[in-house]
Amino acid sequence: MSVHLKQDKPDTSNRLDDMKQGVIGAPLPRVEGMAKVTGTAPYAAEYLMENCAEGVLVTSTITRGEVTRIDKDSVLSMPGVIAVIDDERLITRPAQGTANEAPQQKPKSVSYWGQPIALVVAETFEDARDAAKHLKVEYREEAGAPLSPDAVEPEEQEGETVHQGDLAHAMAQAAHSVDVTFTTEGHSSAAMEPHAAIAQWDGERLTVHASLQMLNYNITELADAVGLDESKVRLISRFVGGGFGSKLGISEDVVSASLAAMQLCRPVRVVLSRQQVLQCIMRRSETTQRIRLAADENGRLTGFGHEALVSNLPGESFAEPVLQSSHFLYAGQNRELMLKLARIHRMTAGSVRAPGEAVGMPALEGAMDVLAHEIGIDPVELRLRNIPEDNPEEGLPFSSHKLAECLRQGAEAFGWDHGPRKPRHTREGEWWVGTGMASAARVHNVGEARARVTLKADGTALVETDMTDIGTGTYTILAQIAGEMLGLDPGKVLVDLGDTRHPRGSGSGGSWGAASVGSAVYVACTALREELARRAGIAEDELDLSNGRTQAGQTLSQLLDGQDMAREGHYEPGDIASDFTASGFGAFFAQVRVNRFTGETRVDRMLGAFGFGRVLNHKTARSQCIGGITWSIGAALTEALEFDPRDGHLVNCDLAEYHVPVNRDVPDLEVLMVEERDPAASPIQAKGIGELGMCGGAAAIGNAIFDASGARIFDYPMTPDRVLAAMPAD
Amino acid sequence: MRPFQYDRARTLTDAAQIMQGEDAMAIAGGTNLLDLMKLQVETPRELADINRVGLGEIADTDDGGLRIGALATNTATAVHPRVRADYPVLSRAILAGATQQLRNKATTGGNLCQRTRCFYFMNIDQPCNKREPGSGCGALDGIAKLHAVLGASGECIATYPGDMAVALSALDASVEINGSDGTERTVPVRDFHCLPGDTPWRDNVLEPGEIITAVTLPAPVGGTQLYRKVRERSSYAFALVSIAAIVEMEDGVFTRADLAFGGLAHKPWHDPRIAQALVGNAPSAELFDRAADILLEDAQGHGENDFKIPLARRTLHAVLEQASEDAA
Repeated sequence: MSVHLKQDKPDTSNRLDDMKQGVIGAPLPRVEGMAKVTGTAPYAAEYLMENCAEGVLVTSTITRGEVTRIDKDSVLSMPGVIAVIDDERLITRPAQGTANEAPQQKPKSVSYWGQPIALVVAETFEDARDAAKHLKVEYREEAGAPLSPDAVEPEEQEGETVHQGDLAHAMAQAAHSVDVTFTTEGHSSAAMEPHAAIAQWDGERLTVHASLQMLNYNITELADAVGLDESKVRLISRFVGGGFGSKLGISEDVVSASLAAMQLCRPVRVVLSRQQVLQCIMRRSETTQRIRLAADENGRLTGFGHEALVSNLPGESFAEPVLQSSHFLYAGQNRELMLKLARIHRMTAGSVRAPGEAVGMPALEGAMDVLAHEIGIDPVELRLRNIPEDNPEEGLPFSSHKLAECLRQGAEAFGWDHGPRKPRHTREGEWWVGTGMASAARVHNVGEARARVTLKADGTALVETDMTDIGTGTYTILAQIAGEMLGLDPGKVLVDLGDTRHPRGSGSGGSWGAASVGSAVYVACTALREELARRAGIAEDELDLSNGRTQAGQTLSQLLDGQDMAREGHYEPGDIASDFTASGFGAFFAQVRVNRFTGETRVDRMLGAFGFGRVLNHKTARSQCIGGITWSIGAALTEALEFDPRDGHLVNCDLAEYHVPVNRDVPDLEVLMVEERDPAASPIQAKGIGELGMCGGAAAIGNAIFDASGARIFDYPMTPDRVLAAMPAD
Repeated sequence: MRPFQYDRARTLTDAAQIMQGEDAMAIAGGTNLLDLMKLQVETPRELADINRVGLGEIADTDDGGLRIGALATNTATAVHPRVRADYPVLSRAILAGATQQLRNKATTGGNLCQRTRCFYFMNIDQPCNKREPGSGCGALDGIAKLHAVLGASGECIATYPGDMAVALSALDASVEINGSDGTERTVPVRDFHCLPGDTPWRDNVLEPGEIITAVTLPAPVGGTQLYRKVRERSSYAFALVSIAAIVEMEDGVFTRADLAFGGLAHKPWHDPRIAQALVGNAPSAELFDRAADILLEDAQGHGENDFKIPLARRTLHAVLEQASEDAA
């Protein structure tokens, strides 16, 4: 039986708070943690299949043009080689998140260096890899493909444009104004588990073990790509070793393995190499961002401008949504916002953790620091003075808003030195020491989701949905929600995820998983409670369940009377989305040291204070925040994709040269959760958490570099060469 | 990875025999070679596994120095009591390199033989004179932030990525080498690695079939020993600039200043004129600048890596300031 809930109105009943089990929010360890650390949780490539062949992708060595000939004979006689697949249905790019259809196919048409063009299948991985390197390919190259965003006339993204009032006039009249341009470099998701798939074909049905974030969309994308009816396709992603946006849509490994399995009628495994993951999955676009801020003598914004240039391949709809939170974070009645997209032939740009705010917020918050310094006031105070009552563009109320609390409580917990910044106030030996802060904001998303909850006759429960757990704690929080609602210890709730045989969840992406699929579980559990209450002869809202019993002492087993009881919860975001602006808010504080000789920057400590609705599990939520802050450190100091200026290929395509932070770069991070109940965010009052931790954190570090050393840098990441170039002489 | 023949050598003679084969190479820890084989950058037909030939010993020499067997792991060397006590610059340099897991496998000889490399060398679909003579240098007009500012040529601007050898260069260590015919020779580590010139494929002076058997350190010289490695992140990153320094002072003037530099050239960089300029003089910013002038006399950037020239100067200042304070 399916129960539907479309949320059209705020829900202030906070029903989870009325429940008696007392496990919601508890810092339970991840239920699959032990399996993962003991190597017994199988990832996509780790299933043992009899007679499994191995495929390795062959990638293009030109930037733009046509493959005119693939000389299959050049490898078919090599040891172990079974086939060269150059099917027209192979995909050449990953699907964008929630695309719900196949991405660009026709692999003979090349649009970036490193694009997959064929798959070599052999008996062993080593044979396949050797043959892939030897496959002879002829091209007709089209010279002159634009490779740099400056090389083309960009397209305005009209939906993002705001002209409100007269910003130029406001800038001219302002007591204080800032007009600065920041740049950010491309980023990679750099998930630990490479993209991988094993496909099996029984002549009619296709089953694929893959590493994906959104099976509910991926099944449609895969079916569309290979030309099968969705009912003939099954996707399984039980464990995902990180995705960060790079596994939102189906990737080249999934489709090539599927086509090979269908052609060869045997299982085929395709695992991308680390270099291929970086070169042919997703990049976050580099950005150039001009920010204009006009303020009165008290630091109240009268004008706000944010214009950004990003890039993507021709044919891609995705444009890094840099301005997403800029639309509502600060007041300022005169507003100019514009996003432009340059079509260039670097690899596909798409979602990388916190698309938009991950790079938009560091630029905006860097500019706010410049303004605070210009005015001569405390940077925290500047933010506090500019928190708008309502969304300054659409006039909508906020569903909830904890920015002020996060700024104040964060400053207090960090020991923030209030007052204007006075750069170079402290030197310890060779190191300048300083502090910086930034606001955090990340729009809240939810998506349609279904989950089936079955109360078993033995008094345990089963939760089933095709939702994925990408390392965030989904298994655990769904057990907590069901446990809370049904009065069960979470250990008695089995959560079965990552299989398209289950009801469609929301998928993991945009930080929306917990609120969306959590709400579906909540809806199913509410329906189960209603039936249990009916059997117990009381109203649902009078039914107290804990440790498998009602308040009257009846056990669930007694109420179930030997029969399982199942309900499918179907949650749908309703009209409420157009009535409120919903966002997570927060504040970052950082202390850094900058070497006066070498320009090296090291983070001493960081604190993030976040308000993101109900916290479902304090441990997994904190882990999400720590992960986000760690990404902030990478974005601030080290992470940059480097593209060759002549052919656009990604040069630093491994983890030795694409520098994510290592343990020594990540000091003790403190997380302060400013808990709240957001009645409009979701039926369980939870909002997104996963991305907020990196939406602005890089600016706290950049601003601290200024406070420490006097180097004001407008280019992220702030590597030693850039710090040295901006650092005043001793 | 091209299929290859694997043979385990029991003795050096065994190994020498295996390495007579066409495209044969020795493998020890494999921390660099296996990476390169997977990328098809190195394509040996035959590998001689020398891990069991018994060269792992670290032992005192008759003149009070230390002989580090070619198969002693980087970890074993870095934690060896005599290395820590008498050659701390070596311990520090090793610990500044790679990761614990890599250092546990990497050996002394293998570390010296790691390829001087860059992005373009690692990608067989890009030009590289070192990997494919005559194909051109991809880095020269490409991405060259990490590349050489000293001793480069139009053929190759890659930098030697290691740390251990920079310290060995400051210590004036020697490399013991066995030839395939059983002959032995010794090469100062300062002469072991090559500049690219017009033979960029040649990283060091080893002849075909030769195997490093040990590195010998001279009797301890004491002094203040520092290894300073400048990099974006604090672990698992190659040096933008590194400096190994052994400094002694007496009566306010330098009496020893043996310096070697990483991250600047195709090999660990050592310029004897720097010590000559420093010794006999009292530390001062002007003196440090003179030393930097000598170091960087012929330095040439390639755009993206121009910053290395001032960075090397500033790092030299930092190291000499710290060393002279510690030594005083």
